[in-house]
Amino acid sequence: MAAHAHTVKRYKGLMDWLTTVDHKKIGILYLIAGFFFFLIGGLEAILIRIQLARPMQNVVGEETFNQLLTMHGTTMIFLAAMPMLFALMNAVIPLQIGARDVAFPFLNSLGFWTFFFGGVLLNLSWFAGAVPDAGWTAYATLSGPTYNPGHGIDYYVIGLQIAGIGTLLGGINFMATIINMRAPGLSFMRLPMFTWAIFITSALIVFAFPVLTVGLVALMFDRLFQANFFEPGTGGNSVLWEHIFWVFGHPEVYILILPAFGVISDVVSTFSRKRLFGYSSMVFATVLIAFLGFMVWAHHMFTTGLGPVANGLFSIATMLIAVPTGVKIFNWLFTLWGGSIRFTTASMFAIGFIPTFVMGGVTGVMLASAPADFQYHDSYFVVAHFHYVIVGGLIFGIFAGLHYWWPKMFGRMLNEGLGKLTFWTFFIGFHLTFFVQHFLGLLGMPRRVATYLPYQGFDTMNLISTIGAFLMGIGTIVFLINVFTTWAKPRNATGDAWEDGRTLEWSIPSPPPEYNFKQTPLVRGYDAWWKEKMEGKTEMIPAEPVGSIHMPSPSILPLIMSIGLFIAGFGFMYNQLIVAGIGLAITFGCMLLRSVFDDHGFHIEPEDQDKGVHV
Amino acid sequence: MSAHGHADGHLPHDPEKATLEGRNKILGFWLFLGAETVLFGTLFSAYLALRHNVLDGPHPAELFQLPMVFAATMILLTSSLTSVFAVQALHHHKVKAMINWLIVTIVLGLGFLGLEIYEFYHYVQEGHGFTTSAFSSSFYTLVGFHGAHVAFGVLWIGLLIGQIFKKGLTVVTAPKIYVSAIYWHFIDVVWVFIFTVVYLMGKVG
Repeated sequence: MAAHAHTVKRYKGLMDWLTTVDHKKIGILYLIAGFFFFLIGGLEAILIRIQLARPMQNVVGEETFNQLLTMHGTTMIFLAAMPMLFALMNAVIPLQIGARDVAFPFLNSLGFWTFFFGGVLLNLSWFAGAVPDAGWTAYATLSGPTYNPGHGIDYYVIGLQIAGIGTLLGGINFMATIINMRAPGLSFMRLPMFTWAIFITSALIVFAFPVLTVGLVALMFDRLFQANFFEPGTGGNSVLWEHIFWVFGHPEVYILILPAFGVISDVVSTFSRKRLFGYSSMVFATVLIAFLGFMVWAHHMFTTGLGPVANGLFSIATMLIAVPTGVKIFNWLFTLWGGSIRFTTASMFAIGFIPTFVMGGVTGVMLASAPADFQYHDSYFVVAHFHYVIVGGLIFGIFAGLHYWWPKMFGRMLNEGLGKLTFWTFFIGFHLTFFVQHFLGLLGMPRRVATYLPYQGFDTMNLISTIGAFLMGIGTIVFLINVFTTWAKPRNATGDAWEDGRTLEWSIPSPPPEYNFKQTPLVRGYDAWWKEKMEGKTEMIPAEPVGSIHMPSPSILPLIMSIGLFIAGFGFMYNQLIVAGIGLAITFGCMLLRSVFDDHGFHIEPEDQDKGVHV
Repeated sequence: MSAHGHADGHLPHDPEKATLEGRNKILGFWLFLGAETVLFGTLFSAYLALRHNVLDGPHPAELFQLPMVFAATMILLTSSLTSVFAVQALHHHKVKAMINWLIVTIVLGLGFLGLEIYEFYHYVQEGHGFTTSAFSSSFYTLVGFHGAHVAFGVLWIGLLIGQIFKKGLTVVTAPKIYVSAIYWHFIDVVWVFIFTVVYLMGKVG
């Protein structure tokens, strides 16, 4: 093959990051961008809590409050939570399945850049002075041209469309990767639980995101081209938006939480030093949750007036989801039971996750009861519920995953002392913030309202909630301090950094070389690496001889394509169709170049592999 | 990468599935079509929800001219058949026949697009514009999305024909031809649903 080796320009420094198609580097890019948006969304949350700390305050004003709560929800879900999940997916999945990269490295890079520029476009609304303010659900007609004539919602519909392309590409990519690129012997029922979770999540992305795209396109047509989808005055139907949004929106909830379930499964099993209890029931429960997740969207619309039959059916379907979720909770508990548990930061986040998520699940079943929901609807009870599942579930899962896989991603162990400080401040801060909100909701405090009158029994609990929010902010800052101090330390993490690693990613160096596996490993059972270690081996059995490794070339095109979409977005928004045309021409031009010029890639020869090509 | 595998005249039997890249591309494309199915499913739902809200605009029963739509349907169905012939030629490594069938496919695609543009022009003349009513907006969005897919397919297959002339049939170009054929069948299937749900149902009620 050496005779065919193509010389490919290798970039260094910034250009390396802008052109990379390596899943490990793209994972780091997702982490940096996702965490950046997490800080912005967190700052918005703190401002919301300052405004609500005491009754009848006017710290930010009512208009800004609406903008803050809209941007907080949108940013946290689409630009912080999902990218941080994509960071973990990119960093870990190819390693867990014994692959050298994802199925489509180029699309992987394109997915990152479209997400990034979609997110930047959405957040530029702050500087344009026209910020989305119709809530993250953007219900019509509040979000339509009649009642929201400025450009705020335009930033929402166009930013999310561009970011949504990236998410969809990621979903397709990881499904294809997990189906086609598993190492020899790694059958589906031997996949690590995190890989299973990402596989199912990717399927949810593929079948849920196009629904949102259509909804956003229709709303964009209403706003920019005077279409009539959601405008009742011209025959449109605003309830249609609710259906479209939640047919996407409910699977989206499971897109967020299933990866966290996967992380928790891996972390709990590793730090209990035990095989995951009930592996096949875990797989089945994950599939079932995903399946039921498509059948329950109207439980967000009980008060819309769909009638008792629809409400009853969606109510029962929603309660059914508690069954597979309960299976998972008990499996984690039985994994911990009798294990020799190590209380690392990652395992503390995982163990803290379990009771917190159960609380969110219980309020979920309460909300699933349609008659009771008429009381809870649009109150702080709902706010408490979804923050328990999203922060207490997903964000705890992400923190567990970051502390667990940090040495694999960066070759350095995070400081455990600072990690535990992060856990306790964030955990206590979280419960302080949101536990009282259950009762605020039951007392009747409405969500999404900029202030409240004194002497209704709201005052103390709101103050407690605000104090908790600051504590969570401190936890996040401690995490950042941990990251920066770790940066300065030598890169000395071993391959099996926790010594109890069970899955394939721990069988290779930390960080892994560019090509991940020098020889594709042979998988002989579930928990492949643990199995070899238990038989006294120090490395995996190779499934192929040492040879030349083929790698895809780096490319700048994904970045330029995304910039094209970014320019086109602004063109459409401000009705400059020439600008929009130029933007689209850039994007399609890059697609043309990509199609016409074949990527031959390059080879890493065996003699170069020992030099340890660094990440 | 055995981009040079054909140099000695031995192209594997299923060149589109000979490499991992090719197999990934085909699988990934099927998954993409799964997403596209949901996309069109949502557009159909929106259309079904809004199709009776015609306001002052023309009613579907008086607007649609079935003979012309039927002709368009036949043209598109035939183009699906010719793209099957192109893939069969690919499997038999008959490059020239493959290119010819691909050209027939895009000519038929262009014929379909011509009829659709004429149809839309005609509708606008009759007072059925994009902004007329919820019915008209959802009609043009659904049928227009399909039309845009046909237009993209024509450009894409045209580009691939150029690449076959330049690079020949290899394990790199074969998967591209194969997935473009899957795509073409997909937009054909979508049209069958549009013909039924939009035009036939529009005629009867």
